[in-house]
Amino acid sequence: MTISADHTAPDTTSPQEAPDTALNEAVKKFGITVEDYMLPARHQIQMVDPDGRLKPEGEQGTQPGHEYPVPGDKELLEAYERLVVGRRVNDQNSALVRQGRMAVYPSSHGQEACQVAAALCLSDGDWMFPTYRDAVAVMTRGVDPVQVMTIFRGDWHGGYDPLEYKVGIQCTPLTTQLLHAVGVAHAAKLRGEDTVVLAMCGDGATSEGDFHEALNFAAVFHLPVIFFVQNNKYAISVPLAHQSVAPSLAHKAVGYGMAGERVDGNDVVALLAVLDRAVKLAREGSGPLLVEANTYRMQAHTNADDDTRYRESAEVAEWRAKDPVNRMRTYLTDRGLLDDDGEARIREHAEAVAAQLREGLSEDVPVDPQELFRHVFERQTPQLKEQSAMLADELARDAAATDSKEAGK
Amino acid sequence: MSPTITTSSEANGNVSAATARAAASAAASAEAAGPQPVTMAKALNTALADAMSVDSSVLVFGEDVGLLGGVFRITDGLTATFGEQRCFDTPLAESGIVGMAVGMAINGMRPVIEMQFDAFAYPAFEQIVSHVAKMHNRTKGMVKLPMVIRIPYGGGIGGVEHHCDSSESYYAHTAGLKVYTPATVADGYRMLREAIDSDDPVVFMEPKKMYWTKDSVDLGELRRLHGSRAEGTTAGLGSGGRASVARPGTDATLIAYGPSVPTALAAAEAAALEGRSLEVIDVRTIVPFDDETVSASVRKTGRAVVIAEAHGFASVSSEIVARVQERCFHYLAAPIRRVTGFDVPYPAPKLEKYYLPGVDRILDAVDDLQWEN
Repeated sequence: MTISADHTAPDTTSPQEAPDTALNEAVKKFGITVEDYMLPARHQIQMVDPDGRLKPEGEQGTQPGHEYPVPGDKELLEAYERLVVGRRVNDQNSALVRQGRMAVYPSSHGQEACQVAAALCLSDGDWMFPTYRDAVAVMTRGVDPVQVMTIFRGDWHGGYDPLEYKVGIQCTPLTTQLLHAVGVAHAAKLRGEDTVVLAMCGDGATSEGDFHEALNFAAVFHLPVIFFVQNNKYAISVPLAHQSVAPSLAHKAVGYGMAGERVDGNDVVALLAVLDRAVKLAREGSGPLLVEANTYRMQAHTNADDDTRYRESAEVAEWRAKDPVNRMRTYLTDRGLLDDDGEARIREHAEAVAAQLREGLSEDVPVDPQELFRHVFERQTPQLKEQSAMLADELARDAAATDSKEAGK
Repeated sequence: MSPTITTSSEANGNVSAATARAAASAAASAEAAGPQPVTMAKALNTALADAMSVDSSVLVFGEDVGLLGGVFRITDGLTATFGEQRCFDTPLAESGIVGMAVGMAINGMRPVIEMQFDAFAYPAFEQIVSHVAKMHNRTKGMVKLPMVIRIPYGGGIGGVEHHCDSSESYYAHTAGLKVYTPATVADGYRMLREAIDSDDPVVFMEPKKMYWTKDSVDLGELRRLHGSRAEGTTAGLGSGGRASVARPGTDATLIAYGPSVPTALAAAEAAALEGRSLEVIDVRTIVPFDDETVSASVRKTGRAVVIAEAHGFASVSSEIVARVQERCFHYLAAPIRRVTGFDVPYPAPKLEKYYLPGVDRILDAVDDLQWEN
């Protein structure tokens, strides 16, 4: 199978401006056809199996142009530490919701490998656009864990400075942030910066219109955006089969003229290998890429969801056996990169982060009612000033009433 | 005015400073002759070009805005002058245009995007409501979103379905959006410059039936007076969020905005022949709304009619009535009347004359203001 000659032939009138030049460069590098470059490898890329054993190269799912080297030891050790911290954070946050310390927490328990790899593949100058389920990725990127949780604690819709960390505010509307990623990449490109932008979404989000618009815009404008789809198999209760009948979500890339790859989303080694290369290609100007990670949401959508209504416990158990944290521990231990002391040190670090979250989220942070009016526009409109004065008056009267009640006691 | 181009632009070759200066000075010399008949389209086009000249972070994009210069030619010549990186066509996807603009604004640009026609913006509604309006708020002001969404709107051009909606109420109802709508050629220039200078997102509603309206305007003088945000010399010659008295009068106030302003002025002209002196207020910025100017006029005249093309139900016109009533109740000699489009989907071209508020309908409403008292 090859793409028709008409499609790939350079425009003879202006070959320098042929829109697929960057793509052709990438193809040349790997010595394969454009179609073989754009289509995902026939099997998902998996480097370490669920038992924690490195697979022989021939069984990693690779094929020409889709071969990936095992990332360096240092990166793998860091990834493992982040995995352990991420798991601890997920479980701590779920506990805090049960204790009434937070309104809600969409846990990424089971998806920590995706979270960690998404953050670790980027350089400091790169941007990330996360969804509401990507708190661990945001923390791994360096944002203070308590700040990340502000949105779920319920005192503001965002808690960190997106510009400081180069991390978009965790996005609740599905897929809309992919277009923001495209815009950030486009602005950077116009200024001649080599920023790469990684935009995250789930399987359900690939059905939304903005998913298609974002992929198309990124491809048409040749932007260094990596669309990272965490296929966790359910959009709340709706299974993947009702979401898409494409051979894989990674196959959607080819329709927009970009490369797609699918990878075992519980294998952090494979994730890092694939994402690292995607970042490198994007930075070199090969245009956008789509990476689909096959993973599984081990817990309910949120605490408000009852996942026993739509999936069998056997299915959950099957995925528990593919756990990303255990798998990586076995792999690193077998390779002699991790011993009991190392494990203990990492656990200690994870406990420290959990303690930081417990402490930070147990504080009763006072909210300032006047802040309601402070961040609507650069300057308050006359209408907002009026409303602000009205609230101030109400609060003053409440305070006075409380005072007189106290005095009367 | 000596436009400056930031060094980052020069370094990237987006547009050479010399090119922009040449364009600006050519335009300036063409307008050196003092007041001349100028169309709204020309004023808007000049405002875009001037904003792009003084600030290399100002970008224009949308559907057909490049080579074609926009279906209404508002972006005419911008690609030729500033290059394809500063004014460019996008794939046909409105949500994509708005969403990409959000990202560009986050990352240091000042996008000015075109929605081509009012109803074409609806696919982008989620981006506008969930992100454009809220980004500043969600981030406690850490992220500013200096972007302008230009929307040609309103009827009276014989357009087919989806080409004549008055969608201002949707945006005005959304907290976090400024909503501007100019009704004169000079305001077209000034308010668009002000919108581009604003660090808040602005939905800029352009009355499309007024694109070819000509006023006698000294565009050169306007350009010189405006200065620029980039140079720190913005003279504040835009609306500044204030309504204007489009025609002074004493007997009743007609409150209008955008495409209804000329209709209100025509009604006032006709009423004058019958001996009634009507004051016409041009709202100019729906958000922020200038209660002061509007209320002052109604307190003076004691009577008011609000005029808008949009459906009256749950609309900007209802809001204006409510606000005036709250502020001017004891000054009113009669209930406030509204003359608006009917609560029906915007009609087909052969029916729009029955839908649109016209002079007679306004005069009938004025006649109903309990003059016998």
